[in-house]
Amino acid sequence: MTSTVELPVRKGESGEKAARGPRRRVPGRIRRIGLPYLLLLPALILELLVHLVPMVIGIVMSFKELTQFYIRDWGAAPWAGLDNFRMSVDFDAPVGEALLHSFLVTVGFTLASVGLCWLIGTAAAICMQDTFRGRGLLRALFLVPYALPVYAAVITWVFMFQHDNGLVNHVLHDQLGITDKPSFWLIGDNSFIALLVVSVWKGWPFAFLIVMAGLQNIPRELYEAAALDGAGMWQQIRRITLPSLGAVNQVLILVLFLWTFNDFNTPYVLFGKSAPEAADLISVHIYQASFVTWNFGTGSAMSVLLLLFLLLVTGVYLAVTSRGRRASRA
Amino acid sequence: MRSIRAAAVGAVTMSLALAASACGGGSSTEGGSNDSPKTLTYWASNQGASVEVDKKVLQPELDKFKKQTGIEVKVEVVPWSDLLNRILTATTSGQGPDVLNIGNTWSASLQATGALLPWDAKNFEAIGGKDRFVDSALGSTGAEGKDPAAVPLYSMAYALYYNKKMFADAGIAQPPATWAEFVEDGRKLSKGGKWALGVEGANPSENIHHAVVFAKQHGGDFFTADGKPDFTNDGAVAGVKEFVDLMAKDKVIAPGNAEYAQNQSVSDFAKGKTAMLLWQSASANLKSQGMSEDSFGIAPVPVQSGTPGTGTGVNSMVMGINLAVFKNSDNLDGAKKFVKFMTSDAEQKILNTAYSSIPPVKGAQADPAFNTPANGVLKNTLATSAVAAPQVADESQFETAVGTAIKGLFADAAAGRAVTTESVKAALEKAQAQMPAA
Repeated sequence: MTSTVELPVRKGESGEKAARGPRRRVPGRIRRIGLPYLLLLPALILELLVHLVPMVIGIVMSFKELTQFYIRDWGAAPWAGLDNFRMSVDFDAPVGEALLHSFLVTVGFTLASVGLCWLIGTAAAICMQDTFRGRGLLRALFLVPYALPVYAAVITWVFMFQHDNGLVNHVLHDQLGITDKPSFWLIGDNSFIALLVVSVWKGWPFAFLIVMAGLQNIPRELYEAAALDGAGMWQQIRRITLPSLGAVNQVLILVLFLWTFNDFNTPYVLFGKSAPEAADLISVHIYQASFVTWNFGTGSAMSVLLLLFLLLVTGVYLAVTSRGRRASRA
Repeated sequence: MRSIRAAAVGAVTMSLALAASACGGGSSTEGGSNDSPKTLTYWASNQGASVEVDKKVLQPELDKFKKQTGIEVKVEVVPWSDLLNRILTATTSGQGPDVLNIGNTWSASLQATGALLPWDAKNFEAIGGKDRFVDSALGSTGAEGKDPAAVPLYSMAYALYYNKKMFADAGIAQPPATWAEFVEDGRKLSKGGKWALGVEGANPSENIHHAVVFAKQHGGDFFTADGKPDFTNDGAVAGVKEFVDLMAKDKVIAPGNAEYAQNQSVSDFAKGKTAMLLWQSASANLKSQGMSEDSFGIAPVPVQSGTPGTGTGVNSMVMGINLAVFKNSDNLDGAKKFVKFMTSDAEQKILNTAYSSIPPVKGAQADPAFNTPANGVLKNTLATSAVAAPQVADESQFETAVGTAIKGLFADAAAGRAVTTESVKAALEKAQAQMPAA
């Protein structure tokens, strides 16, 4: 990392010296311009290898009829044209209908989860803004869900949500008597609630962390001036804190949205391969669609559609929020 | 100056190395070879109570094999939840083990990928001939008319395991032979926090094994004679409904079983929470969970008529494990030697005893060790009243689709929603719609 910062300076002198040298090799200008690119090359190739090539292969797969008869030799799989896409978006047929259902569940789930994560994270960060005894400890404690490995954390939730011996039913039913009989959390309609709880539990510390960092940048004088002018706490939050967090929130909400929408680990560990309908998130749905039918072409087509949707949402979101912020600043 | 050049050289080298490694990986679809004759990789399925138990059972045998042939076998015991995916990944990438265990119901599906070595006459010759194996086991090794994709390794069948003391306490003299008796006894047993039967409601494969048999008992099949999915015929619907009704209508299964998928029903039985268990070759597993052998009895799974047989008298699938060789193994001869070793009479005796399964090899099956009453029930079921899984290319898709549908029906039953012929039919219709439109 550090070497790339120093290099442009040294690169200049090396180029000059070489040009003055007796042997005529590569002209100095090219060498000067070339070196940074040369040094970037490994990173570029890695990026191609790790991100772009698999994406391109995935896109190519979506145009093929890649069933169990061809997975051993992809090259031999016949081209399917747009068939895979047509099948995925034919909402009158069972496959498309199931995909649409899963998409809507995912949208609802993502909105709820991101909203709650942001709300809880921001509220906690604001509460933690003033110094008090034990603040450091609480901050550390709040970050624990974010620091835990996903699998270990979610499997613990699975145990807690169990029907017969789970902690959740023990508290809600046995001790508090809120429900008149133990509920099922991992199957049936309640699974949506279970998924949401785990997702928010796992996601809000990130919002907390980012908002907390953003709060450090708001000058204390603003609050002092507002207090002198007679602004109460709510007004301070509404008029100073939230507007100042605009840029931070813009990125935070986008990142939370993308992570939640694409989350595979949480539903997979929580429900296994076949998620209940009420919590049929799109990532697991695509996984299951590929592996149920062993038709990886259709699975890829669904993934490409998901990619396009997320690109669209991200583009529109950034365009709208950036314009909004520019307008409010002007 | 020098350091700049070094950095540039380093960058170029690294780029080249990365590019080369990218080109190097991947496709190896060509046939196998004998390039590394001294090692084999073996993926074993999880047959014992845990992965560790299996390692302990297998390692001494692999050591024996090394002593005989000088070939070192690296074994990895793959849990059932991962096995099919791992095999698919290995098929796709061409980077797999040399020898592997497959669930015998997947034989036709995996055969269709062309990744497994076909066992033609010549290959069978290398392991002592096809006629060493029992016919019923050979019936689950691939599609009819094609060379088998694998050879039988362990044979298993479903049986009714019952807790003798709980039966005596409820005043039940002998295990039920018909489903009517089963439900009647079940009602007597399901009280005071105890339940009659345990099932793995959220485990698609387990559900399938029962659904196929229940459908058969109602004269239904999930595939037509020419291999097309047909999930909504009357027999299939009635069969699935009867199975789910054990929880929904008859209330002899605890609702909590609807979310079981990690063999909790076996532990429940071992702990005396449930009085009966429909399971395949469970003795060794139950013993390892602390249940003494004389505390549980084994009986054939009930049938409508009371006498198991063929047709509607079927009471188990032909369960079992097959041993397959990856076609692009780089030690094909060694792999065949290993298959020969594992299916030899001596090894068959040792391994099937350890897993309380039945040897699919005639020579080993005749051994007195497999003539105990417990093994008698299993052997008899396999010989007279077990049905092979549908040997069609879409079998494993069928397991996932219909298994998931039944999981949903159990969830409905657990939540107290009605399970009707219509709701069963709708669930199966949805499952069928997911099947490849071949």
